[in-house]
Amino acid sequence: MDQLDKISGQDTEPSNGQHRQTTLARKRPTAVLSQEERERQRQVAEARKKYGRGRPVRLNQVKDKKLKSALRRIENKYQDAVLGAKDAEILLENQSGFLQPESALERTYKVRQEDISEAVSVQQAKKSFELKLDLGPYCANYTRNGKQLLLAGQKGHIATCDWRSGKPGCELNLNETVRDAKWLHNDQYFAVAQKKHVYIYDAAGVEIHVLRKYVETSHLEFLPYHFLLAGVENSGFLRYTDTSTGQIVAEHPTRKGPPTALAQNPYNAILHVGHQNGTVSLWSPNSTDPLIKIQANTGAVRSIAMDRSGHYMLTGGQDSRLKLWDIRALKEVHSYSTRQPATSISISDRGLAAVVSGTSTTIWKDLLTTGNSSQPGKVQSPYLNYHSSLGTQVKPNTVGFCPFEDILGVAHSSGFTSLIVPGAGEANYDALEVNPYETRTQRREAEVKSLLTKLQPETIALDPNFIGSLDVRSAEQRAREKDLDAPSREEEKMAMLKERNRARGKNSALRRHLRKKGGKNIIDEKRVRMEQMRHEKSEREKERITGEKMELGPALARIFYTSMNTEA
Amino acid sequence: MKIKSLSRAPAPAGSDVVRQPRNLDPSQHPFERAREYTRAVNAVKMERMFAAPFVGQMGHGHVDGVYTMAKDPGSLERFGSGSGDGVIKVWDLVSREEVWSVRGHENIVKGICWTPDRKLLSCATDKTVKLWDPYNTESKSPPLATYLGQGAFTDISHHRTEPAIAVASGAISIYDLSRPASAPTQTLRWPTSTDTLTSVSFNQSETSVLASTALDRAIVLYDLRTSSPLHKAILNLASNKVTWNPMEPFNFAVANEDHNIYIFDMRKMTRALNVLKDHVAAVMDLEFSPTGEELISASYDRTIRLWNRDRGHSRDIYHTKRMQRVFSCKWTPDNKYVLSGSDDGNIRLWRANASDRAGIKSARQMQKIEYDQALIRRYSHMPEIKRIKRHRHMPKPIKKAGEIKREELNSIKRKEENVRKHSKPGSMPRQPERTKMVLGTER
Repeated sequence: MDQLDKISGQDTEPSNGQHRQTTLARKRPTAVLSQEERERQRQVAEARKKYGRGRPVRLNQVKDKKLKSALRRIENKYQDAVLGAKDAEILLENQSGFLQPESALERTYKVRQEDISEAVSVQQAKKSFELKLDLGPYCANYTRNGKQLLLAGQKGHIATCDWRSGKPGCELNLNETVRDAKWLHNDQYFAVAQKKHVYIYDAAGVEIHVLRKYVETSHLEFLPYHFLLAGVENSGFLRYTDTSTGQIVAEHPTRKGPPTALAQNPYNAILHVGHQNGTVSLWSPNSTDPLIKIQANTGAVRSIAMDRSGHYMLTGGQDSRLKLWDIRALKEVHSYSTRQPATSISISDRGLAAVVSGTSTTIWKDLLTTGNSSQPGKVQSPYLNYHSSLGTQVKPNTVGFCPFEDILGVAHSSGFTSLIVPGAGEANYDALEVNPYETRTQRREAEVKSLLTKLQPETIALDPNFIGSLDVRSAEQRAREKDLDAPSREEEKMAMLKERNRARGKNSALRRHLRKKGGKNIIDEKRVRMEQMRHEKSEREKERITGEKMELGPALARIFYTSMNTEA
Repeated sequence: MKIKSLSRAPAPAGSDVVRQPRNLDPSQHPFERAREYTRAVNAVKMERMFAAPFVGQMGHGHVDGVYTMAKDPGSLERFGSGSGDGVIKVWDLVSREEVWSVRGHENIVKGICWTPDRKLLSCATDKTVKLWDPYNTESKSPPLATYLGQGAFTDISHHRTEPAIAVASGAISIYDLSRPASAPTQTLRWPTSTDTLTSVSFNQSETSVLASTALDRAIVLYDLRTSSPLHKAILNLASNKVTWNPMEPFNFAVANEDHNIYIFDMRKMTRALNVLKDHVAAVMDLEFSPTGEELISASYDRTIRLWNRDRGHSRDIYHTKRMQRVFSCKWTPDNKYVLSGSDDGNIRLWRANASDRAGIKSARQMQKIEYDQALIRRYSHMPEIKRIKRHRHMPKPIKKAGEIKREELNSIKRKEENVRKHSKPGSMPRQPERTKMVLGTER
């Protein structure tokens, strides 16, 4: 009996009745749980939070016995896998870096690079270096595993190097404008957006392809899992090329003039293109129209960055606002002001954001991580600050965190600087996914494997996990989607809305909808259609009135309409 | 200020083992669903690419068609076959060579079976049952014993433990092998039946039960203990072969003339457990796999098909250009190969799993195969994977015959529906596919 009490956590003078109650209670499904059971449930919940894939199936709602037992078996398997993955955390061997104030008066943003270099190991301090190059402004790009660095100066200087060992790779002088340069799937190939076309070079610097379809490309992005090289041109065209086959996969006109920024969402391979008018449009190769348009800033969007989980987007605009967007809920979360427009943003694997505004580079922590509430809190002060030691005229051009390292690469007008940012890099890499220490054979093997699992461009969608899930659309709806002439569901809904809205009061359903739902600055398909409908409606009304006026003649019409207006 | 920067310990000097640390954090593995699906597509494509079911044929085969085969239950490598010219041969599966042969009968050898003490029994249309000893005698040696019957024999089956055989002709004659007398000890028949039996089979688990099929479209079950028939079911068309499930003693399957295979529970014969439809001609022979999960059937349409016991359609179809009407098929005792004996006199050896390979596999290979199987299973509902997995190259006549058959059946169904539409509601109830072919049962 004592034991029972201990388990159920009741220890105050138990009477017999109470005992019976507890024993009975333990048999009910809602009964008080034992300590162990509670502990186990907590563990499962914790493991599920990190490693779980979606919610478990609610077995008590399943009527079919066979199905239920099959589902239970699968759920048990999933749970075992989740717990196993959680247990495997014990094998993670590296701890990530940090910068921790020891007293309340210390501030992390006061720490200078020299202090950090002194504090960290010699080997690590060597990773902070500075390259003075004079064909700038430069842009820099690390390979996916962070091993190689590609520097491209606007005046035509291209250089690659193994930056850890300082071993130079290749160096080219192209003698023409270079707008952007990106590594392809590994350190063997890179693409350079030159004055006219995009060129692909191999590790030795030999030009191997010219993509003549790309004209005056201003920004490049490479989607490593799809082997797609995307470039957006000054004309506003967005092109995707499959680098494994050489075929152009998609060409979409953005119809918004020269693009101002381009970034890929690493979670779903959607491209975010920033435009002059402050909108950010989301593109996939499968749709000729943007999937979503977001009015991110009021000025031109200068820079975009997404975090690894694909949850948040940071945009810096010409209006000197740095905005944090939740791109799953399509909501603006916070808006920060910058002294000068943020021209380049990079988000590290662990959620640190480096922002270049003017000549300064600031690194922010906890911009994206959740506080107590469901939203990230607004951060008051930066994590680190950096001003170039080369002088005030040195203007950073692009920043980029090196994957799997506590390093931030700043490419600026007079070269490249590598900074140590403690806590930026993912400490524990998965060697079978991306290996920063890969050998040549491993690289070759990884290349073959990744080509075998190359994803088709059709798999790019806002939700990358749609493959294999059930198509819950009704057969009717699917048939309608096949029939290109049929009106869309939205249109039908609108038609119904229109039908219902006979009374021409102020409080029409359309207006109410626009008032309640349309206030946000998200311009999607629905919103555009609604605006258009409202416009059409008012046009019709005007037409009707002029028609009636014509009928009544000028004198009568004046009397009639003035009396109507006074009544109203 | 506490400052720590990420630094990883270098690999220990002197060791050339490549370390590959893992991190299972899902955020490090983007597109996992899409990549897994791509891997599944690759796996199913590889499975089809490596599908090469035909292994080879047995020696030079027979001169006439092979109408019956029997596995030695005590051995993984010996089996016998009987041909239309009365020749009986015993084969070695490992070397695929003939090891023993005799011209035992005057006429078509209709059935052979092995005894538990590894002797071979054969029955033929020349009204004789002969006992042979292929293990201890030379080829062309005379039979150990001969049993004479009244009519032409069509099938033979040995009791699991007793030295008794059941031989089918007009009735089932039970012979006692321990007595060299040539008269049957018992004769079993359904009182009203007159037609020839086509097959007979002892249940190997419930050993005194035996089943038979006859030309009068009946399936009859008998019990030796009461020496009387138990149960009779009449189907639409005659059945050619009956075979018991080795793992589920009360279930058996019959190969029917109406191109279908019916699996019955002997306790409830009014309804089939499953109907296997795919053949486009009469099914001549069938056998359960040793695991009882799968079936192989030989058909008059020159193909053999492999089935899952609980699926309605075949999982694979095997054919070659030169294979004629297939009259017998067997599953090898190791569950890895199947044998087919056809009208052209050849005995062919096939893989039970078309893309399977027999060589010794390393642990990694095994792991890969299992992973691929799991992937295919997981994404088997996806249209692309379903399509690739189902894709088979079929001989044109069979494909055409299938199309014609489908069209005919659909038109019959359509007509029936039309009649139903214009008749009194409830006067034409729909019959389930599984009971449709059972015309009646008697006890």
